[in-house]
Amino acid sequence: MKIRAQVAMVLNLDKCIGCHTCSVTCKNVWTSRDGVEYAWFNNVETKPGIGYPKEWENQKKWKGGWKRLPNGKLEPRQGGKLRILASMFANPNLPEIDDYYEPFTFDYDRLQNAPEVETPPTARPVSVITGKKMDKINWGPNWEDDLGGEFAKRSKDQLFEDVQKEMYSTFENTFMMYLPRLCEHCLNPACVASCPSGSVYKREDDGIVLVDQDKCRGWRMCVSGCPYKKIYYNWQSGKAEKCTFCFPRIEGGQPTVCSESCVGRIRYLGVILYDADRIEAAASVADEKDLYKAQLQVFLDPHSDAIIEEARRQGIPDSWLTAAQKSPVYKMAMEWKVAFPLHPEYRTLPMVWYIPPLSPIQSAAERGLMNQKGLLPDVSEMRIPVKYLANLLTAGDEAPVLSALERMLAMRVYMRGKSVHGSEDLEVLKQVGLTQAQVEDMYKIMAIANYEDRFVIPSSHKEEVEDSFNDKAACGFTFGNGCSGGTSPQGLFGTRKEGSVIFVDMPKSRKNKAEV
Amino acid sequence: MTYLHHFVFGVYPYIGLAIFLFGSLVRFEREQYTWKSDSSQLIDRRLLRAGSYLFHIGVLGVFAGHLVGLLTPLAVWDALGVSHGAKQLLAMVAGGIFGGMGLIGALILIYRRFSSERLRAITTWRDKLTLGWITVTLILGLSTIFVSKDHLDGHMMTLFMEWAQRIVTFRGDAANYIVDAPGIFKLHIFMGMTLFVIFPFTRLVHVWSGFGAAGYVTRAWQLVRPRG
Repeated sequence: MKIRAQVAMVLNLDKCIGCHTCSVTCKNVWTSRDGVEYAWFNNVETKPGIGYPKEWENQKKWKGGWKRLPNGKLEPRQGGKLRILASMFANPNLPEIDDYYEPFTFDYDRLQNAPEVETPPTARPVSVITGKKMDKINWGPNWEDDLGGEFAKRSKDQLFEDVQKEMYSTFENTFMMYLPRLCEHCLNPACVASCPSGSVYKREDDGIVLVDQDKCRGWRMCVSGCPYKKIYYNWQSGKAEKCTFCFPRIEGGQPTVCSESCVGRIRYLGVILYDADRIEAAASVADEKDLYKAQLQVFLDPHSDAIIEEARRQGIPDSWLTAAQKSPVYKMAMEWKVAFPLHPEYRTLPMVWYIPPLSPIQSAAERGLMNQKGLLPDVSEMRIPVKYLANLLTAGDEAPVLSALERMLAMRVYMRGKSVHGSEDLEVLKQVGLTQAQVEDMYKIMAIANYEDRFVIPSSHKEEVEDSFNDKAACGFTFGNGCSGGTSPQGLFGTRKEGSVIFVDMPKSRKNKAEV
Repeated sequence: MTYLHHFVFGVYPYIGLAIFLFGSLVRFEREQYTWKSDSSQLIDRRLLRAGSYLFHIGVLGVFAGHLVGLLTPLAVWDALGVSHGAKQLLAMVAGGIFGGMGLIGALILIYRRFSSERLRAITTWRDKLTLGWITVTLILGLSTIFVSKDHLDGHMMTLFMEWAQRIVTFRGDAANYIVDAPGIFKLHIFMGMTLFVIFPFTRLVHVWSGFGAAGYVTRAWQLVRPRG
């Protein structure tokens, strides 16, 4: 057993109001630079819709993620190693800028400098690539906001598979939900596997997947390898860039910027312990519908004495083990089973999970418009088809999604009874298999969602490897050479290096293990 | 004239190789962030597949051909029973095919780059220099085929082999062997050597990494960096 810890995220879609505060704060911090104007490390999509970049979920088109070979081994869907090397000259599966959108700004100067004219001056859009005025903006990062556009185009959405989508085209039957997306910081990342120069890597300490900007050569195979399309090519620097999970903040015990700024308090961060030796088996189970359950079996119980003892022996700090025990992510994924991975069928074992949204059914239920299932309204009659959610979260398996929605509904019925009617309805809890203590904990964390309950992040123990004396007056976070002392350990001219290397290159012995 | 000839074909090769090797080393060590293929596929994918594959296969083929053809000692060819005339013919045919592919690819890439408004906007002078230089070198190289067809016995070719082998083995009299070579050959060689000079200062450095990527074949799929 190889125990590792990861700071994982859960997003409660039931509470997302689609305000884009996460996207905007992320953009301001990370991608307000040349070459990545078009890139949104975090974006919010209105579903149903084809999303950003266009049709990212259509892997027949983009070939992202993994495929299982007849012999049970995994291989990136875009091809094996030789195929990837042969594609370096021209990547057949790379999205073009128009699949995202042509980055634009506006001619704001015109508003101040226009001569006296009869009509008010306007600021016309200007392409950031060519610097020329654009006649029309054809697409943007959130073109389909709140069901913008025609149903015929939006309904190319892959999640409509096995759903009679025509009936949702009418105004009376339409439905929508928001889906905030960021890098999934997968346990089995396809981007890492696709990189011919080995520049994309996962950090052993906290599971964050990063691109080594020095080692990246711009072969672009990670962009097509990632099924979530969450690695972007910086067309100015020629390097791949991606969501960093705000690692400088996480290291200091602070939540990511998108989580911190979320006004709906939908985001949760917590430690998950997992067994790295089980990743390969879990990612290669035969039936796609088993992938969700297989991933649950990779996670380890932080309350088990045996696990704690073994984790200590393998060098995981106590503060991380305590955090794992209090982790809201662990509770939602493992104890209450209300959170699910995004598209487990991509076989990447993603670590940003989602709580499915309940549709607004309360008033319909009270007017007797919904059938009852036991003591609860039948969630399979919700506005959002359960199959649609299952296609998003469990590779189409409806049972776990139904169970999660019923548990959330039961929590509401129970708390409503307790605080409005003064009576504790234990029958409804029995129907969904939750205890009183569990549901009250659920209420505290999911409904009240205090800061300290949402974010349980232990600070990293950099002091174990860092010589802080060397770091005095050193560079902060820079792109490019900055004040680097060079790449090799000694330096070209034998100069002593400034600062400490916190994450070292993977040892050769492990790197050369050429299996999945 | 003799001085210039001896400088260009006796001394300049060493200057070029030194800049090529040391320049690459310094850029890799000190400025690795700038070390990249600098792909423009994201901005415009039109014609890239055809152009890039033809260009790369052609140029890599030509490079390998020059390496083997110029640096394999004559004694080896003689031992293999390949006559000078046969080798001359082989060089012309293989060079013609790969050089032709490279040139067609380069022309497609040039057309692609300048027919697209977006690509034109992001193209730097280094890109223009690199692509232009390689294209002219390819045209000159292909033109030599028409000169070579007048001396199919291969004696001209053996002189170039002698020159190249004497250069890489540090024998001082190399330039003497090609004093009488036709001007088009000399110009082609000069352009080719200068390609190595501009190499460390342009996106050409990605060639090193392209060969380096061969290590990917034996690598594990997943890379996890442990704490230092």
